[in-house]
Amino acid sequence: MSVIQVENIRKRFGSLEVLKGVSMSVEAGEVVALIGRSGSGKSTLLRCLNGLEMIDEGAIAIAGHRMSYNAAELRALRRDVGIVFQGYNLFPHLTAGENIMLAPVQVKRLSKSEARIEAQRCLDLVGLGDRFDSYPDMLSGGQQQRVAIARSLAMQPVVMLFDEVTSALDPELTEEVLAAIEDLAAQGMTMILVTHEMRFARRVADRTIYMRDGIIHEQGPSDSLFAEPQTSELRSFLKAELGQ
Amino acid sequence: MREFGNAEVLFIVFALQWTLTLTALAFFGGGIAGIAVALLRISRSRYIRLAVSGYIQVVQGTPLLVLMFLCYYAPSLFGIELNALFAAGIALTLNASAFLGAIWESALRAIPKAQWESAEALALPQSKVLRFVIAPQAVRIALPSTVGYLVQIVKETSLASIIGFVEITRAGQLVSNATFEPMKAYVCVALLYFLICFPLSRFSQWLETRSPGRTKGPSRG
Ligand SMILES: Nc1ncnc2c1ncn2[C@@H]1O[C@H](COP(=O)(O)OP(=O)(O)OP(=O)(O)O)[C@@H](O)[C@H]1O
Ligand SMILES: [Mg+2]
Repeated sequence: MSVIQVENIRKRFGSLEVLKGVSMSVEAGEVVALIGRSGSGKSTLLRCLNGLEMIDEGAIAIAGHRMSYNAAELRALRRDVGIVFQGYNLFPHLTAGENIMLAPVQVKRLSKSEARIEAQRCLDLVGLGDRFDSYPDMLSGGQQQRVAIARSLAMQPVVMLFDEVTSALDPELTEEVLAAIEDLAAQGMTMILVTHEMRFARRVADRTIYMRDGIIHEQGPSDSLFAEPQTSELRSFLKAELGQ
Repeated sequence: MREFGNAEVLFIVFALQWTLTLTALAFFGGGIAGIAVALLRISRSRYIRLAVSGYIQVVQGTPLLVLMFLCYYAPSLFGIELNALFAAGIALTLNASAFLGAIWESALRAIPKAQWESAEALALPQSKVLRFVIAPQAVRIALPSTVGYLVQIVKETSLASIIGFVEITRAGQLVSNATFEPMKAYVCVALLYFLICFPLSRFSQWLETRSPGRTKGPSRG
């Protein structure tokens, strides 16, 4: 049964149509990489999947919820759909541990002590078990990003969405974040990864989707898509990405 | 005619309680109304934002002195007699609500949109996003200018003297009239304002220069 079902969605910003009819489905435990040029609509698609952007047409079902913009229904959906952004967006006035505990306490009504245990478990998962009391500005970019991942995981989501989570990081720090994501993939988390790390996409993603100008231009199992791209657009995109 | 002596000084010093009472009224009344103003200014509804913006413009565009007269005399049109403390308190509250509201609005707006989004993405309802994520950061940004504005309020209470309310400025005026020693009387008054305002100003400056550490993000506008 598919965990994510997207049917012919369209999204406009004013007169600019950014998603021009996208359909896709993702099975439980599947890892899907989303690649494509800047401006092709990858982030917009991801943001539509957890209701940060409203679609103009089409339908989305994700983690057992139909997309609705009713506030309560949208919150129910978001409990099951984690998202991590390029810019980490940790809450700067809270420690790493408090960042992670906030939603479990306020949304899932966990007690402080339960939430603390859960936060510690999530920090351990991303290899930061000893940074519970660090404020975000005391952490490196890679560590902040891993805290952001832990913060999403603490809600025990059914699906995780990652939007270029390593793009703001130095190469040395990229590896530690990718390793955390790879661990999640190995544990069977259903994920969509928007990424510019082609080698990582190929290694970790079961399937890769190439977006171009707001539509899915080509998709397939990662191995074959990277080895034998079918369209000239994807070929030249991969050449440019891997050539640098 | 009376001599300017200890009794006169004490008279002025005792009036300090009324200056402080007015300040507290204006700060707490204006603070609560200011929170409402700031929140309505970031409302999703354009009409609410416009209406509140109109309120801010009107209040900020009216001299406090005129506001003071209006609050004092307007109720009498309806046969209500407001005492001077009440009238001055309302005028100062209205005034402070507009200025504090504007300060706090800009602090709220200084928090990056990504903070709202990542909190909402964690399924927090809007009210909790505001309470646990946005407001604590906005408070840190707004604190120096808020304390700075408190200094203004202390000084603005002197305008209540015009409707006959006896705070320290009015007390100084009375002493001056009775003793024909305006310099002594007003130096005494000025000294009292200074004693309250100076520590507050320094506190505000200290808040401003306090190590930026955790208060990263855009500085206040
Ligand atoms: N809130 C918005 N308002 C107006 N236009 C927007 C908005 N968000 C995105 N766009 C536009 O939509 C188009 C697609 O943006 P999107 O961020 O989805 O691309 P992307 O594939 O994620 O690109 P990148 O690789 O640079 O992140 C771009 O032209 C962008 O300028
Ligand atoms: Mg993007």
